[in-house]
Amino acid sequence: MSNVLSVQDLRKVYGTTVAVDGVTFDVGRNEIVGLLGPNGAGKSTTISMILGVLEPTSGRIHIEGIDVATDRSRALERTNFAAAYAPLPGNLTVYENLKVFGLIYGVRDLSERITDVIARFDLGAFRNTKCGVLSSGEQTRVSLAKALLNSPPLLLLDEPTASIDPATARDVRMRIVEFARNASGGVLWTSHNMYEVQDVCDRVIFLSRGKMLLQGDPKTLPHEYGKATLEELFITVAREPLKIEVA
Amino acid sequence: MRVHRTAAIVLRQLYLIRGSLSRVLPLFAWVTVDMVLWGFITKYLDMLTHGFNFVQILLGAVLLWDFFVRVMQGVTIAFFEDVWSRNFLNIFASPLSLWEYLAGLIITGIGTSSVGLLVMLAVATMVFGLSFFIYGLLLLPFLLVLFMFGMALGIFASGVVLRFGPASEWFIWPVPALISPFVGVFYPISTLPQWMQYFSYVLPPTYVFEGMRAILAGGEVRSGALLWSGFLAVLYVLGACRFFVSIYKHAVRTGLITRYSAETLA
Repeated sequence: MSNVLSVQDLRKVYGTTVAVDGVTFDVGRNEIVGLLGPNGAGKSTTISMILGVLEPTSGRIHIEGIDVATDRSRALERTNFAAAYAPLPGNLTVYENLKVFGLIYGVRDLSERITDVIARFDLGAFRNTKCGVLSSGEQTRVSLAKALLNSPPLLLLDEPTASIDPATARDVRMRIVEFARNASGGVLWTSHNMYEVQDVCDRVIFLSRGKMLLQGDPKTLPHEYGKATLEELFITVAREPLKIEVA
Repeated sequence: MRVHRTAAIVLRQLYLIRGSLSRVLPLFAWVTVDMVLWGFITKYLDMLTHGFNFVQILLGAVLLWDFFVRVMQGVTIAFFEDVWSRNFLNIFASPLSLWEYLAGLIITGIGTSSVGLLVMLAVATMVFGLSFFIYGLLLLPFLLVLFMFGMALGIFASGVVLRFGPASEWFIWPVPALISPFVGVFYPISTLPQWMQYFSYVLPPTYVFEGMRAILAGGEVRSGALLWSGFLAVLYVLGACRFFVSIYKHAVRTGLITRYSAETLA
């Protein structure tokens, strides 16, 4: 399995605060990797650095072998993202947003591709509706449609199901899993829903206070650390990260 | 630079304008009001002075000044659309380069200011008898200098708002009003005290308005002065781009883009 993302010794320091401290990991093709940790662990900071909107203090990021620091546009052509805190402009319709971002990402046969993602995310009824009047679940589906528009080798999802109901969340998960299995992309996914993570992720990485504490298969990892569930392991990481470090 | 990415920024603006009366009206409403207001003022002044052509000297100057303001606002409003819709993360976390983005803002500025210019020309010539033929081909460099300076100020203003957050857009709106006394839109800069004239000499529009008055007075426009204003305008554009790039780099280094609406890092 070749890597679509390679992060090496990534570090971000704000003054005296270390937000991300020497994080190293890869994401392979067709792999879904969960980036987990409590609030302030450094997950969104890591994703921001991968997306080129935050400059690392040190470390390297390669997307399909292309260095984000030195060849930003070419590297970011190979990625796309959806985040609960970055909805698409509410004053454009679903179609208009997809058209604008399709052009930005250089999508070939854009009209066909837009029709395809609109159908895939059941957005046909909202094609000419302004995104601002959609429900949060519908807006999440539009964000995901935009994120898959260019069939990115690397898909970054920062809490994509945070504000949606369980039925829609399951729907969204299914589509992302389908993307990872059928396309040639890899997915880096952050979530606070451990059941969701256990369900979809092939591998999880736990961050705490900017450091990578542990990684492994979400189905076996809790037992390796004497915990019954991934949620229990998460709570231990959040409350007593030193225990994990010692272990 | 990829043309399709710049086209996306322009298309986004077209979509916004197409679907919104509150965006269409400002393209020509205020400049029309300005033309009508100044048109009647100048007609009244013509009646009082019997023979002096205020329409040509004042209304022409107002028209060119409004064109400059529309260019500046065309660029800044296209940028503000991303501020208002909190779209920075989607835009800057994409393959779009900063130059492609700036080019999109500038093309948008050209389009929106052209609409205003055409409407102003129509009202000023058809209703008040203003004629630009008197300036001959010099009208083109006059417009070009004002366009470049408007573009420079628009880019600079966008940089200020990127640096200091959404609320700082209120620093930007009065900028043309602050500049106008120095560039002599309505009077020769020799009217100004010496200290103000020093500022006038480094502002490109000064040479445009001085040139207009020189032509109307039957004199000639010094080609050296016009070249100097063109050189200054290019310098301002380059300086504004450099300023915007440095603010953007600062924003990427400090995380300002990811937390833009918080204004915590201002």
